[in-house]
Amino acid sequence: MIPLGHYLIVSAILFALGTAGVFMRRNLITILLSIEIMLNAVNLSFVAFGRAQGTVDGQIITFFVMTVAAAEAAVGLAIIITLYRHRESLNPDAFTTLKW
Amino acid sequence: MFNSAFDAIVPLLCVTLAALASMSAEAFRGKGERMPIGGLGIVGLAGAAVSCVLLWNRNTSSFGVIVADNFGLFVTMTLIIVGLLTIMFSSQVLDLHDLPRGEYYTLVLFAIAGMIMMATANDLLVLFIALEIMSLAVYVLTGIRRDDQRSSEAAFKYFLLGAFSSAFFLYGIAFTYGVTGSTRLDRVGTFLAAQSMADNPLLLVALGLLLVGFAFKISAVPFHMWTPDAYEGAPAIVTGFMSTGVKAAAFAAFARVFLSAFEPFSADWAPVVWVIAAATMILGTVVGVAQSNLKRMLAYSSIAHGGYLLVGLVAANQVGKAAILFYLLAYAVTNLAAFGVIAMLGARDRANDELRDYAGLWQSHPALAALMTVCLLSLGGIPPTVGFIGKWYIFSAAVGSGYYGLAIIGVLTSVISVFFYLRVVVMMYMAERDGAPALPRVGAVGMTALAIAIFAIFYLGILPTAVLDLAAASISTIF
Repeated sequence: MIPLGHYLIVSAILFALGTAGVFMRRNLITILLSIEIMLNAVNLSFVAFGRAQGTVDGQIITFFVMTVAAAEAAVGLAIIITLYRHRESLNPDAFTTLKW
Repeated sequence: MFNSAFDAIVPLLCVTLAALASMSAEAFRGKGERMPIGGLGIVGLAGAAVSCVLLWNRNTSSFGVIVADNFGLFVTMTLIIVGLLTIMFSSQVLDLHDLPRGEYYTLVLFAIAGMIMMATANDLLVLFIALEIMSLAVYVLTGIRRDDQRSSEAAFKYFLLGAFSSAFFLYGIAFTYGVTGSTRLDRVGTFLAAQSMADNPLLLVALGLLLVGFAFKISAVPFHMWTPDAYEGAPAIVTGFMSTGVKAAAFAAFARVFLSAFEPFSADWAPVVWVIAAATMILGTVVGVAQSNLKRMLAYSSIAHGGYLLVGLVAANQVGKAAILFYLLAYAVTNLAAFGVIAMLGARDRANDELRDYAGLWQSHPALAALMTVCLLSLGGIPPTVGFIGKWYIFSAAVGSGYYGLAIIGVLTSVISVFFYLRVVVMMYMAERDGAPALPRVGAVGMTALAIAIFAIFYLGILPTAVLDLAAASISTIF
């Protein structure tokens, strides 16, 4: 059996990749995807912790998180579409009407 | 009720049902037909208020995850007041700006439902879901003026950083669950009471991630970057709603998690929150001085007020905890009224939110100028308004716990902040109105809401004892 620590390390690496993506990618859709990677990294931790404790709580929590992530993606994409209609661009640096 | 297990969620149910009813009403509304959807919201919120009064002192709990203790109910009442005032201010603003009524009220009600859930949640997972219900509704509200680029841009920035911070918050929950084996706050608290930080380094990670998540939501420095942009770009009435409601709900959850479950580790987090509080107060005030846009200025003022609330959290004595609740109520009423004035003076094609738009307001709208002055003085903490009493209790709590440094920074920043609040007053009374377009008239419902808010500001400022006693009674049940 794979020990808990391995799962946690993979999860931490995924989370770090997602965080880096949010800061370094210059495309709104990719930034949104990076946030989804962060949430899924957390899901992995939940499942691993749940398994280590021998309860199903961790896996059940994952379902809630997935639902929330889906809702978040829907709202996020809708906002991106309204933005795109104004500027015809997906580069976050193009949106400078407000002082960033 | 049929089953007492549902008692604690009755206020939440009232608001959620009102939100669902508004959504259905909008869906079945004929083209051009007008429906009193705002009235529906007021009925739902009134029902929630009545159930809060009935639940007071009963300390009920639903399924162990939603608790209607006095602390939660006090915050719930504050949120209901925020909701009622927002709906009253909105009725005129929506007509003027041609915003979609049904969607607007539905989102406001769903956001309030999320906030109430956040204030009463006793489980970290429920807290996360409540946070998302609230946040998703508020992101959309921020961008509700789709034809306005600033509104869409504000919505995106708010969404991006909000979703980013929720991921951190959720990671914190995962570690808490991993270490303690539960997401219930009471079980986490009992588990942690028997532990020390040295036992498990993962706890430190959990604590740090949860702190980052909350700091984003209450816009504490250094996680405040989204606040000025989101507050400036959103329609003024939405800014008022989110600067008061979101802050109150997030602070309630913050206090509940850190002062009950993570209380055993207060020696570890208090110094960090100390630094955040000091930085938040200083940055909010100093940068606020340099702003020429009224909404942006009030955004920085809202950051600074978050800092004062953090002082109460650091002090964490009986006075401090009661002061947080009182300050949340005081700040909610005052700030919402100030944003209500800005919102009602905005025109369809012109936001009228620059400082110079307020030049000579006294001549065209004498009553409004007077009411705005009261709000600004209360935000600045000048007696006999409620802002003074709130700040007084926060700082006396800090002194009582020996945090003299924080109290001194707080008083100094308050004094500086009076400068930028008074700048608006000077503009309204002393400057001449030169050629700028006339500002719209304010309707009766909006004026009534303002009058109620101003009455509350003076009443709580002169006779605060009754409400302070309630706040003190609220905290005795959980901390």
